[in-house]
Amino acid sequence: MNPLADIVRAAKEAGNFAVLVEAIPYLRFLGVTVESIGGELVGKMTYSPPLVGNASLPALHGGAIGALLESTAILQTLWETETLALPKIVTITVDFLRSGRTVDTFAKGTITKQGRRVVNVGVEAWQEDRARPIARANAIFLVQLPEE
Amino acid sequence: MLVLGPELEAQIAEAVATFVPHNQALGMRFVSCREGEAIIALPYDPKLVGNPLTRVIHGGAITALMDATCGTAVFVKLRAPIPVATLDLRIDYLKPATPDKEVHARALCFKVTEKVAFVRCEAYHPDTASDLVAVANGTFIIFRGRALAGRGKAR
Repeated sequence: MNPLADIVRAAKEAGNFAVLVEAIPYLRFLGVTVESIGGELVGKMTYSPPLVGNASLPALHGGAIGALLESTAILQTLWETETLALPKIVTITVDFLRSGRTVDTFAKGTITKQGRRVVNVGVEAWQEDRARPIARANAIFLVQLPEE
Repeated sequence: MLVLGPELEAQIAEAVATFVPHNQALGMRFVSCREGEAIIALPYDPKLVGNPLTRVIHGGAITALMDATCGTAVFVKLRAPIPVATLDLRIDYLKPATPDKEVHARALCFKVTEKVAFVRCEAYHPDTASDLVAVANGTFIIFRGRALAGRGKAR
């Protein structure tokens, strides 16, 4: 049995992904957690100094923002589809729109197309003002849906 | 404009290792650079794992490595510490990185215009360099006329 599948199933049944996020070392390292805001799944990356990419500005590292976008897209896919394994990323295209300030960053994914093998997800990141996103991405994942 | 001299490589290495806290936190190590090309290593570390079952590092760690290496390649191409910022980065993940193995990224800045730099990048394990882990294409905005420690946005 796949222990991760058990964690995913329990997380979905409880409507709480905290245990899953806690099981992924890189998300702990980045300080990524997940919150349910108004019924939406929102990824949150709590600001910490190791996320900085430019110390003189200062500004967040594009790689940290990219990781938040990718992680949020993965969580949205787990949330909305039947897959019980972690989706495998095939490609991601990130547009950096504004420099990331040294504050908490949020992200929300939206599935644009779900097939049996492939899921396309759009995801946007913002800080204080959701209407002024700092980055957005399109990501494509391979998923394993249960046999019918 | 400050043009980097023979100590270019050492200056780039210092910039990568000490000027960028996130690169330092991930454990990135400058390997080499020449003529618009830069190589940076990301040693395997359990904190980078994205899937605890397979122990494969998270795609986001590869993203950070490739973004950092592309940005470094732009500095090397410009031969000057002009601030740049990533406009977009597309990454194709060709295969999972092997647990316990170091990942290297090699980026080539193949074109610069007045305002934009174009970069491509490959990530691989050094002992199997032709079997790529990921490839990336990025564009960077160049803030000419700004000092690196000033108001630019270097990622």
